[in-house]
Amino acid sequence: MASDETSGKDLTAADSSSVEHVTAAVGTAVVGTAVVARDAVANPGFPPHRPRITDLDPRAEKRAERTVYTLFYLSIVGSIFAIAAYMIFPIVPEDPGSVRLNNLFIGVGLALALLALGIGAVHWGKALMHDEEGSDERHPVRGSDETRARAVEIFQEANTESGIGRRAVIRNSLIGALVVFPLPAVVLFRGLAPQDQDPVALLNQTMWKKGTRLALDPSGSPIKASDVTLGSSFAVIPEGLADLEHGRLEEKAKAAVILVRMKPEDLNQLPERATWSYDGIVAYSKICTHVGCPVGLYEQQTHHLLCPCHQSQFDVADHAKVIFGPAKRALPQLPIAVDSEGYLIAQSDFLEPVGPSFWERQ
Amino acid sequence: MPRTQKPTNGRTRRTGRRSPLASVALIAIGLLFTGGAYAMISTSTATAATETASQQTVSEGEKLFAANCATCHGLSADGTGSGPSLIGVGAASVDFQVGTGRMPLQANGPQAIVKPVQFTEEQTAALTAYVASLAPGPGIPEAEYLDAEGDAAAGAELFRINCAMCHNVAGAGGALTEGKYAPALDGVTPQHIYEAMVTGPQNMPVFNDMNVSPEDKRDIITYLKYLENNPSPGGFALGSLGPVSEGLFLWIFGLGAIVALTVWITAKSN
Amino acid sequence: MSTTTDMKPVATKKSGGFTGAAANYIDERTSVSTAVKELGRKIFPDHWSFLLGEVALYSFVIILLSGSFLTFFFQASMAEVQYDGSYVPLKGVEMSVAMASSLDISFDVRGGLLMRQVHHWAALLFVASIGLHMLRIYFTGAFRKPRELNWVIGFVLFILAMAEGFTGYSLPDDLLSGNGLRIIDGMVKGIPVVGTWISFLLFGGEFPGTDIVGRLYSLHILLLPAIIVALIALHLLFVVVHKHTQYPGAGRTDTNVVGYPVLPVYAAKAGGFFFIVFGVVMLMASFFTINPIWNYGPYDPSPVSAGTQPDWYIGFADGALRLVPPGLEWVWFGHTWSFNILIPLTVIGIFIATVLFYPFIEAWITGDKREHHILDRPRNAPTRTAIGAAGVTFYAGLWAAASSDIMATHFKLTMEGVIHTLQAVVILGPIFAYFITKRVCLALQKKDREIVLHGYESGRIVRLPGGEYIEVHQPVDEYERWKLVSYNNYKPLELAPNAQGKVSPVQRVRAGLSRWFFEDRIAPVGTKELEESHGDHH
Repeated sequence: MASDETSGKDLTAADSSSVEHVTAAVGTAVVGTAVVARDAVANPGFPPHRPRITDLDPRAEKRAERTVYTLFYLSIVGSIFAIAAYMIFPIVPEDPGSVRLNNLFIGVGLALALLALGIGAVHWGKALMHDEEGSDERHPVRGSDETRARAVEIFQEANTESGIGRRAVIRNSLIGALVVFPLPAVVLFRGLAPQDQDPVALLNQTMWKKGTRLALDPSGSPIKASDVTLGSSFAVIPEGLADLEHGRLEEKAKAAVILVRMKPEDLNQLPERATWSYDGIVAYSKICTHVGCPVGLYEQQTHHLLCPCHQSQFDVADHAKVIFGPAKRALPQLPIAVDSEGYLIAQSDFLEPVGPSFWERQ
Repeated sequence: MPRTQKPTNGRTRRTGRRSPLASVALIAIGLLFTGGAYAMISTSTATAATETASQQTVSEGEKLFAANCATCHGLSADGTGSGPSLIGVGAASVDFQVGTGRMPLQANGPQAIVKPVQFTEEQTAALTAYVASLAPGPGIPEAEYLDAEGDAAAGAELFRINCAMCHNVAGAGGALTEGKYAPALDGVTPQHIYEAMVTGPQNMPVFNDMNVSPEDKRDIITYLKYLENNPSPGGFALGSLGPVSEGLFLWIFGLGAIVALTVWITAKSN
Repeated sequence: MSTTTDMKPVATKKSGGFTGAAANYIDERTSVSTAVKELGRKIFPDHWSFLLGEVALYSFVIILLSGSFLTFFFQASMAEVQYDGSYVPLKGVEMSVAMASSLDISFDVRGGLLMRQVHHWAALLFVASIGLHMLRIYFTGAFRKPRELNWVIGFVLFILAMAEGFTGYSLPDDLLSGNGLRIIDGMVKGIPVVGTWISFLLFGGEFPGTDIVGRLYSLHILLLPAIIVALIALHLLFVVVHKHTQYPGAGRTDTNVVGYPVLPVYAAKAGGFFFIVFGVVMLMASFFTINPIWNYGPYDPSPVSAGTQPDWYIGFADGALRLVPPGLEWVWFGHTWSFNILIPLTVIGIFIATVLFYPFIEAWITGDKREHHILDRPRNAPTRTAIGAAGVTFYAGLWAAASSDIMATHFKLTMEGVIHTLQAVVILGPIFAYFITKRVCLALQKKDREIVLHGYESGRIVRLPGGEYIEVHQPVDEYERWKLVSYNNYKPLELAPNAQGKVSPVQRVRAGLSRWFFEDRIAPVGTKELEESHGDHH
């Protein structure tokens, strides 16, 4: 490396006039770029030992001793208190206050037991145990030259005895076998998800279809257009979702919709979506197009929808386009209409996949 | 000042755009409704007061209104450039806005903030009666829905679905856009909670009786009161703000205490 | 360790009563006396910052203890049940078995909530103490040869700790953790080519599926802890092999280690400290609620709570997602490229890789191949300290961004303003932090020089017979002085042609970086200067 070539005795550092390179502590190892001035201050050696009060004053020593065993006794008291608290403060069903007391008093007992034990032990170590600092010698981390030579020798012996270097075919086929044998394990992981499903197809459809009534979350009762007054915001699921036996949450994670009503003149619709709303009532996917949090924070005067997770903002009055934050795409709109009984229904499924973007999304 | 919108900026802007004729028409419609409504008002949201008594309070409220509210909302409560029309907002809205101290507005800001209440209960009632007399709207909720004796579990579920995204699952409040926020719900009276749901004050959406039925609202109130009356079983709730306050507490107090102890452990005993 | 306490005398004297007999029995079957001989009086230096790693180790032990208790009650199943436990506001609500059993631990097992809270507080402490420990290692240069690999092991442990934390956070299947998984799902789906399939396999079908809690549980209680235990063992083995570093001080050199022996002082202090850490965690758990899953309720894809955040250690990643500028997603060649996800992932990836490989990067730039056992005072490595400060600022900016909504409400700001400010902080903050820190370090080095040459300012003003006023300076003693002068001065690598007489571009870059790393430096005071300063002093 560069340092080897560049480290010469003639180089000088900016601030000292006569310098020499540190010769590494470790035998022949290469030298770094540290420079030490010839007149560097020498290590003065260990400072004189400073005795503690407990070393000088027998009364202080006694006092420290008393403190330590008092703490240990206190710890016993804490443990016993915790056991007692377990029995004295049982949990009464349907009373969260009893849980609070149970938690508090068992905890306080245990905390006392632990802290007194710990502080006692540390105080013993600090105040009473021998206080003179010691010193160990360090050796270079690398093995000694003989050790290293012997290690090399062992490998050479193993090489000769096994012939791993000579018998190239054996060696290479072994490596090949070792590389290939974990592959079945990788294949096994395909079983983590159902074999007969295609994630892309699933992501492209939701439970909504032509004629599905919009229903209230969580009750599942259908919503009439007349129910949705100005300034309202409804958490909506497709009718029938609440009764699903299987896959309820999976369907809900795609089909959740937010329904709001504003004055038709406030609504700035895309021309091709002019028929997707009903008298100022619009329905948008509730799943954020960023990473999928539910976007439920509707401001009825500004008509802004806010995602609480990463603060993307959508303007519902303006086809739910993004006006702030990391999301890029507008929330997908659910085309709605009213059926003969006055209930709100979907005209079709969403015309684009809902939720976060994915690679195969067009 | 595009940023410092009045609490009801949406309507304000529209009012500004409206032609004077439209205002006249609106008043006419409002008056028409008032007359008509008075005849048929007897359904769930009507005030229970008798007509003679209410007539007196209404005129009293009108005076209070003229003195305190008309600057922004107009002498006939039909709105001006700086305040929305109050025709048809109903008794619940006035009781909420005035009863929580949000109105009269102290200063322009992202939204009206809660202040000490400016009017006595009688004055609030009079103002409420006056505005309610202009046109029908959501009335003062009936006491049976405010007793907080409903189904807390059902209320909690409805709260999570309809309210928690703004107000936080524990009702601790949360941020909205451009400096607005959903306030904490701790200590809000059942009546004001109910009124907020039916009227949708400021940027809060309206939760009418078809969306969240009166019984549902009672359940939601029950849940909120349950939270209020039962402190967190785990100990101090750290503001119920979630992982942010927990993390902050751990770094400052938890790790702080432990670092202080490490200093003690390694300091020389004296 | 405790079983070996009485070993030592046994090796020498055979008849020692019951303890002696027991020790003899064990030694004859385990040769434990060899271990005691090697390790029993091993020296450990004493400094508060050397205990931070211990905090991490101890919180891990606390996590293992409390976590084992929790496994006896927790059921990692996503089958649907109707909750029928003690907590009234959730009675009759449909939820997963995982959520219901977590609620039962909290409300129907005495001390169960305490253990849950101990577990969660200790987990937060675990990651935080690793972070603080790493900062200490970084700013004192303890990662230098021969400890580079141990830095890597430690950093991998930090990542694993975050993984443990996140898998654990997800287990109760409440609304908060479910939305956390929702975000993970969204991020994974944003990865080009394989994202959709990884998400599909991870969740066993469509999100949320019924598998994820069970799978995370296996990782959380089996695979990840096993790896962590193994790496901790390796980490500590290296500490023993390398012996502990020490701060510069009188009598301390690169060839010795000064401190207290394991038996008895260090054992008492370190053993006691375990109970102290446990006690502090216990206090937090008894007085402060953490993760009130009963407020969040079961996971449902439609609701969400205001203030939905991950635990603190994932905050920087969440913050990175929030700070991404708008509009970074395009459809190219018939595929969706989600740069609003890829950019944060890449930035975080680069940051993590830089931290992971920092010891090797610095060693390459400095060309330093010596072993280092004496720590650098941060001011004596100004460039490194400045880089560290820049990194900390960058991380802190991302971290703060994860609480942008809470900052907005609590400091009465707009959330848009908070986000724009933090975007600036993340980009410009590190640059400012770098320059400020570097200047501060150099100033502190100059101050050290002043103190060595002229002593401390005593505040005592004396009027000389000639009428001159001087302030009396208190000279430092030689032990104190050693701490201030015992650092190395470095010079940058210089370009030298190789055997073919050419300078390779790589070497050019390296020399440039080396110049940047070492260009500003203040040499330690030498004896000559000292004598001169004494000469013109009084």
